[in-house]
Amino acid sequence: MAAPAEVAVPIERIAVHRKAVGTVAVVGNPNAGKSSVFNRLTGLRQHTANYPGVTVERRVGRGVFGGVTLDLIDLPGTYSLSPTSADEKIAVDVLFGRVAGTPRPDAILAVIDSTRLYQGLYLLQQLVALGRPMIVALTMIDAAEREGRKFDFAALEEALGGVRVLPVVATSGRGFAALNSALAQVLAAPPPREVAHWPELKSAADGLLASWRTAGSDLHRVEAERLLIDVTQVPASVSPERRAELAAARGRLFGAEPPLAVEARQRYAWVRTTLAQVESAGSGVATGRAKLVDWVNRPWPAFGFLIVLMFVVFQAVFAWATPPAELIDAGISALGVAVGSVLPEGVLASFVVDGAIAGVGSVIVFLPQILILFLFIILMEDTGYLARAAFLVDRAMRTVGLSGQSVIPLLSSFACAVPSIMATRVIPNRRDRIATILSAPFMTCSARLPVYTLLIGAFVPVQSVGLFNLQGLVMFGLYIIGIVGGIATALLLRSSVLRGENPTFILALPEFRLPNVRTVAMKLLDRARIFLRRAGTVIFLVAAVVWVLTYFPRSPAVDEARAAAAVQAAASLSGPDLEQRLGEIDNQAAADHLAQSWLGIAGQWVEPAFRPLGWDWRISAAVIAGFPAREVVVAVLGTIYAVGGEADEETLGGRLQAATHADGSPVFTLPMVLGLLLFYAWCLQCAATLAVIRRETNSWRWPIFAWAYMTALGYGGALLVYQLGSA
Amino acid sequence: MRPRAEPSLTLADLKPGDRVRIESIETADPAVQRLMVLGLVEGAELTFLQRSLGGDPLEVRIYGAAISLREEQASRFHVVLDGRPG
Repeated sequence: MAAPAEVAVPIERIAVHRKAVGTVAVVGNPNAGKSSVFNRLTGLRQHTANYPGVTVERRVGRGVFGGVTLDLIDLPGTYSLSPTSADEKIAVDVLFGRVAGTPRPDAILAVIDSTRLYQGLYLLQQLVALGRPMIVALTMIDAAEREGRKFDFAALEEALGGVRVLPVVATSGRGFAALNSALAQVLAAPPPREVAHWPELKSAADGLLASWRTAGSDLHRVEAERLLIDVTQVPASVSPERRAELAAARGRLFGAEPPLAVEARQRYAWVRTTLAQVESAGSGVATGRAKLVDWVNRPWPAFGFLIVLMFVVFQAVFAWATPPAELIDAGISALGVAVGSVLPEGVLASFVVDGAIAGVGSVIVFLPQILILFLFIILMEDTGYLARAAFLVDRAMRTVGLSGQSVIPLLSSFACAVPSIMATRVIPNRRDRIATILSAPFMTCSARLPVYTLLIGAFVPVQSVGLFNLQGLVMFGLYIIGIVGGIATALLLRSSVLRGENPTFILALPEFRLPNVRTVAMKLLDRARIFLRRAGTVIFLVAAVVWVLTYFPRSPAVDEARAAAAVQAAASLSGPDLEQRLGEIDNQAAADHLAQSWLGIAGQWVEPAFRPLGWDWRISAAVIAGFPAREVVVAVLGTIYAVGGEADEETLGGRLQAATHADGSPVFTLPMVLGLLLFYAWCLQCAATLAVIRRETNSWRWPIFAWAYMTALGYGGALLVYQLGSA
Repeated sequence: MRPRAEPSLTLADLKPGDRVRIESIETADPAVQRLMVLGLVEGAELTFLQRSLGGDPLEVRIYGAAISLREEQASRFHVVLDGRPG
């Protein structure tokens, strides 16, 4: 068949300076290719934010179609106008113009997967009833053709009350010229003719309106229909008399059956009749590719594939990310040195170099890891593999009170809990989702590794245990301890505050599909933008606060002592010996400053609380400094133990080994170190994680609970290990 | 008179490749209603594809769309066998 001619100029090259003349809602089933269509129509001119009060992403973009500028709103995917999740509710509320700050859409662009027209028609039937100008984009038409499906477009348009139905392929751009010109005229298009899908519902709604209108209601008939069906969606403003009328009408319409069940039966009866008229199904002969996909989808091959994939992801996150991370690290250090040499020594230089650049830099270093991890997650999402993985492990996850949909967030928190908590959005059940969010920070993230490496390297003896190395075993044990903590937390929460019906697992499993480079790139760019924005705001603030606490108050006595010592050294030493001595003097001065700083004072102040764990004031101070970002602890220990910023960890390890209490006994005994490691395994020392929990649960309750719970658990664990080990 | 046949077949009792038609549904469970919104209604024809690791959840194909559901909900769908492979 002949594909329509392509537009020569990609639409995103056309400058947009005109105001949009209308708003078009992009609506469709999940996984119908809605975002790909949206991206192709709006290019980079889009804006992502959250809807007020919920964590559902609001994506708005602008496009010019044949000289007409339109705003497009990409609504969350939904199967029906009877919402069953927060995402779906937003989609429905926007369509009815019930969301503050979002105009009621003037027209609808329905994006329907041509290989799943059965479910698509169900939604289309309800959209047509809204009586607004509408276009249907039938996506993945190439896949449908491969399966041998054929469509009678004229019959389909007729069944839908005369709306235009256009075949498109979002990945290749096929059919978009026609879609663009249809969009140019959509505002002027006649609304769909009324189609009598379900006469009984219509007359019940008309009956309600007739009696309500006299009481001054401006309710639309479709809204009245929704009120009849969606028992849970009746707004509080509806008066008791009206509620009684509603209940009576429901009784006549549905009897004892749940309204949703009756609705599904009624509408799918029409869908089946219509489907038989507009689509001739394929031969059913599987192609080679389909057979391969079917085989990979079988439980055991799929499980093997999942294991290999996870291995590759871990490898990628740890190995591939190292060169770019080192590059960034070197760049940040160079920047610090360059800025430091320009600024005069003093408060400003210290703030810019040690506070802002080093602090924000220590987080930006994680950008390659986070992007690589997200690349894999986006690829899994885009190919439909994510749903497959959830299907595979659902049974296993159920034993700990979670469902298959928790597995991907939990696996990705081995890199970083922040993106993993954002990834929990795929979990529809709120209790399930919160249990997953609170388990995720237990997984050993990349920021824990510097701490583990330092302490294990310095205090766990290098010896073989059978085939294994003891240091490696301890590291492995810490990963296991994290997993155990997470699972126990999920179990605990699911049997107490988050108790509820066993989560169900209903998931449409999308067909395997090659990823679309454009969609993947745009999603990745979005993630990078969000991460960098946070580094520039929250992380910057945290770094500034930690710097202030370690820098002030300044004691002139320390500087005088340093100057005196330097003069003395210069008098008695020369050459490399002098260099070394001066370095030692600087380190000593840095340590003395820190001891008098607010952080040092705080460390001494809280020391009694941590003494049962075997910690001295210096560890206490470092741990406090590490609360906003746990990896900070290595840098602070480095300063406190007077090794200076440039010393490598082995030197720091040596210093730690040599550290003693006032009575001369060593601070870092094996029980104390194991306790400290356990503390780091379980404690929630990450402001970014707390902020994202706050954002995703939309309440302060859960981040505060998570912080207190994990801190208590870490403290208790460290206390137990130290006391038992020292006894 | 002979007693009626064994209790009716449900979606949870099928073998891979079985083709069935839904005869009746116990609709009380909201999760069952969500499945009905996905098109698992009386009269719909579907193919049972497979069980996941550990025997649950199940995967069925309905008019070209693959859907996963747990045994608990599947047992609420009473079906008539249209065809069994081999």
